[in-house]
Amino acid sequence: MSELPVNEADLQAYADGRLTAERRALVEAWLATRPEEAERVAAYQRLGKEVRTAYEAMLSEPVPERLAQAATRRFAWRQAAAIAGWIALGVALGAPAGWQLRPERPVAQAAPEGTLIARRAAVAHATYSPEVRHPVEVGADDEQHLVNWLSKRLGIKVRAPKLDEAGMSLVGGRLLPGENGPVAQFMYQSQNGKRLTLYVRTEASHNRETAFRYARENNVGVFYWIDREVGYACASADLSKDELLRVANLVYKQLES
Amino acid sequence: MDEAKRLVELIPRLRRYARALVGDRAGADDLVQDTLERAWTKLHLYRQGTDLRAWLFTVMHNVHVNRIRATRLSDPLGDEMPELAQLGTQPDALVLRDLDRAVARLPADQRAVLLLVTLEEMSYEEVARTLGIPIGTVMSRLSRAREKLRAMMLGQSPATKLKVVK
Repeated sequence: MSELPVNEADLQAYADGRLTAERRALVEAWLATRPEEAERVAAYQRLGKEVRTAYEAMLSEPVPERLAQAATRRFAWRQAAAIAGWIALGVALGAPAGWQLRPERPVAQAAPEGTLIARRAAVAHATYSPEVRHPVEVGADDEQHLVNWLSKRLGIKVRAPKLDEAGMSLVGGRLLPGENGPVAQFMYQSQNGKRLTLYVRTEASHNRETAFRYARENNVGVFYWIDREVGYACASADLSKDELLRVANLVYKQLES
Repeated sequence: MDEAKRLVELIPRLRRYARALVGDRAGADDLVQDTLERAWTKLHLYRQGTDLRAWLFTVMHNVHVNRIRATRLSDPLGDEMPELAQLGTQPDALVLRDLDRAVARLPADQRAVLLLVTLEEMSYEEVARTLGIPIGTVMSRLSRAREKLRAMMLGQSPATKLKVVK
């Protein structure tokens, strides 16, 4: 018997109905003399139909709210494309000075102490950053009031740094309880909805300074440092470590002066 | 042209594929959500006018692969399959449920190929592009997936079926 040029790929394509008429005729002739192979291909077709039936119900189910929100996001498609393209361009061209990742403050490798502030900041971030309607107590439109209020409660001069350079704008802030007294949390958000919180608290032991340290608590990355009587922590679950470091630098530079 | 609207319209298809790929509803919706969020951040890579569906499935595949890598679970499904309520409202729901279990037991690579061909009815070329593999690999994975599925479903005599379903 002569060797017919029908291979396994042909059989798969036949089962899927994707052969040309000519090729299909060839395969049919081949299968006609091979009942076992014919049964196998028929079984593939049957199973395909059953698989489609099995998952069909998913197509008519109502879309869960969280998915609809994720799909529509907070702003228009075109705008997002423009921003995303612009960011990609910045990276491709070699980012301008403000985007560079050289830390102003040395970055420590390990975190032997002070991890408590990182943990607290991460927990506070995880608690409030997913909030859609109530992310903050006082909004950025009342920034002066927010800053005065938090300064008064913490007993130190507190400022909300400007992070526009990193694409983050102030959402607002809130007061939180802490071991050494009240703690301030500022929340920032990028145009595509990434959130960052800055956690500011007074430190019990003064005259202590630390390098930037990095910690990860669950999904939240935290850069933190202590500057004499004040501890700072930048926390985000959305930003990469490098992005977070850039923000921490901005915060540090502004609060230092 | 309102692509955000088209994105919303594609959610049911993303969910169907994710449900079959991941094996449980909650995990599938997590995957879809991650995919949509990833799609927003990767939007500049999408070329207007090209096939948004194919692009989204590519994004989903990448998200899925990264998640598997992150959790180091190549095939997380053992005998304890999650509850499959609402699957198969048809009369022979038990058969469909067995089929779902069988699909879940396919090696992840083969499962993805089979589902894109069967559910999404993608061309073999589209599948190759979506998964970033050569077309020859698509064909061999498809062939192996189908043969495994057939063997698993053949092995289900009524008696063992009862045992599996409990």
